[in-house]
Amino acid sequence: MSLADHLPILPVAIPALAAPFALLVMRRRPGLAVGIGFAACLAQLAVAVLLMERVSGGTILAYALGAWPAPFGIVLVADRLAALMLVLTAVLALIALLHAVVTKADRKGWHFHPLFQFQLMGLNGAFLTGDLFNLFVFFEVLLIASYGLMLHGQGPARLKAGVQYVVVNLVGSALFLIALGLLYALTGTLNMADMGLRVRDVAPEDQGLLRIAALLLASVFALKAAVVPLHLWLPRTYAAATPAVAALFAIMTKVGVYSLIRVVPQVFGEGAGAAAWAPAPWLLPAALVSACVGFAGVFTARSLSEQAAYAVIGSTGTLLIAVAGWSEASLGAGLYYLVHSTLAGAALFLVADIVARRRGSFGDTASPGPAFDGRGGAALMFMAAAIATTGLPPLSGFIGKLLILQSVAALPNWGWAWGVILGTTFIGVIGFARTGSAVFWKTAENCHAPPAPDTRLDLAAPALALACLAALSAGAGSASAYADAAAAQVLSPVQSAAAVLTEGPR
Amino acid sequence: MSYEFLVASAIGMLVAGGIFLALRARTFQVVLGLTLISYAVNLFLFASGRLVLNRPPIWDKTVSQYSDPLPQALVLTAIVITFGMTAFVVILALRSFLETGSDHVDGDRVPCDAQDGLADGLADAESNEP
Repeated sequence: MSLADHLPILPVAIPALAAPFALLVMRRRPGLAVGIGFAACLAQLAVAVLLMERVSGGTILAYALGAWPAPFGIVLVADRLAALMLVLTAVLALIALLHAVVTKADRKGWHFHPLFQFQLMGLNGAFLTGDLFNLFVFFEVLLIASYGLMLHGQGPARLKAGVQYVVVNLVGSALFLIALGLLYALTGTLNMADMGLRVRDVAPEDQGLLRIAALLLASVFALKAAVVPLHLWLPRTYAAATPAVAALFAIMTKVGVYSLIRVVPQVFGEGAGAAAWAPAPWLLPAALVSACVGFAGVFTARSLSEQAAYAVIGSTGTLLIAVAGWSEASLGAGLYYLVHSTLAGAALFLVADIVARRRGSFGDTASPGPAFDGRGGAALMFMAAAIATTGLPPLSGFIGKLLILQSVAALPNWGWAWGVILGTTFIGVIGFARTGSAVFWKTAENCHAPPAPDTRLDLAAPALALACLAALSAGAGSASAYADAAAAQVLSPVQSAAAVLTEGPR
Repeated sequence: MSYEFLVASAIGMLVAGGIFLALRARTFQVVLGLTLISYAVNLFLFASGRLVLNRPPIWDKTVSQYSDPLPQALVLTAIVITFGMTAFVVILALRSFLETGSDHVDGDRVPCDAQDGLADGLADAESNEP
């Protein structure tokens, strides 16, 4: 087999190799560690784009690790959806890394670059794996790295939020393992494609257990996606994390959404007996409430970073409204919105940081402060990020929400979905207008403007994120066509199972 | 009583104790609760390959009756991960206690609590040393 056949393992292998090298050179030559970080991110982007180009025609690449044939060994499966998530991760990683390096946030502790690469390894692995236990392992890899990154920079606020974040995720991992144990006991396999075929043969007396396993698994993914009522860990954690890290974490909730999209149609689709679409009836109400709670949080937030954290919850809720339809059109619209909302959430966190860096002791609190230098640029960026997040024209949020509204109109509960999406958009616009006018227009009396920041390069990373959003809007036609094709592929699990399971030893 | 009943009730007791402790306010009890839950999960995973007695775990062509080896490998992975996680959360809880002066999970100080402020004493004692 040629080198090109090894393409699906590279998104996991590159950060796994880069992390220890970055760790080795970190103390003596920090500049070299930065170089390794950027080189690894660029290589991952190149590999992800190559993979996307190879699978965009509809082929499914199954990579059998150690050449063990599919249901027995572990497989990595690269299809349209996985490639899309890989490209998104790589782009987001570049933006977050750029911001961390420019603002020198990576110098506040010794292990930023190794942890960052391990985080990417966990993310890429979770998107690629075709094995349910392997998904758990990659979840743990990305969580362990995220604990370190979240605590990067230290300080009491971060430690407090960190304890809660770690405890919540440990409980989530325990539930994940219980669901896995149940599924393995019932089906005798851990390969997702194989499990999707074997759930049909589960004995009638075990149907109740199967349903429990499906709901447990869905609630673990909902915990990762921060769906109401499992969202309480998110705002404090994300608002306390280093901004560059919080920008990368914008994709962490999407890992939960991705897992739902991947596992529910493949394992708990038609023919799964009592577990067929078991999580589906719970998903739409939870998504509707998440969107409301998230944008209500945007309205009441006391600081820009807290506002960004609530915007992440709200946009995940909007995304899940589309996903909960489980139709090809609505899932395709949801995938387009997923890419958009990840980049928009990251842009909000980064803009909150550039504001905080310019306001001195006032930080990013949503109250009038000094007339700081560089208000114009920061205000423009905040406005662009707010427009993208709430979904006003001309940026991709508008197109994404339009696609979602159009696609859910064909579904039974469309009235609720329309009401919530349009209502939360309105509340979000008011919330962002409120904080924006408090921070950029009003000035407090008797306070000195802090000295101008030593570099204006820190505008680069949020500008890059906004440029990606602009590109996503300009290329909306081809992007949404790709998203629709990816959704169609996810919703036809029989073909993908055939592609994975016929992969023999090479 | 059957073997299955014993294992199942042990898992149930561990989960019940774990949930009770994990809902307590102080980090130390929460860590203990998480440890109990992880023990229960490990036992549960082990039992997911069905409980069989006196059978070899590894498949051999001459053996027709064997116990499932895969859950044992899964349990090993789960044990390693939860062990590392528990060590991490202990250190994190200790660090958080020393920096914020409170070992409540929500991180807020509680007035009239004899244990709160203990970390300040520790910090003072440390700062008095040269």
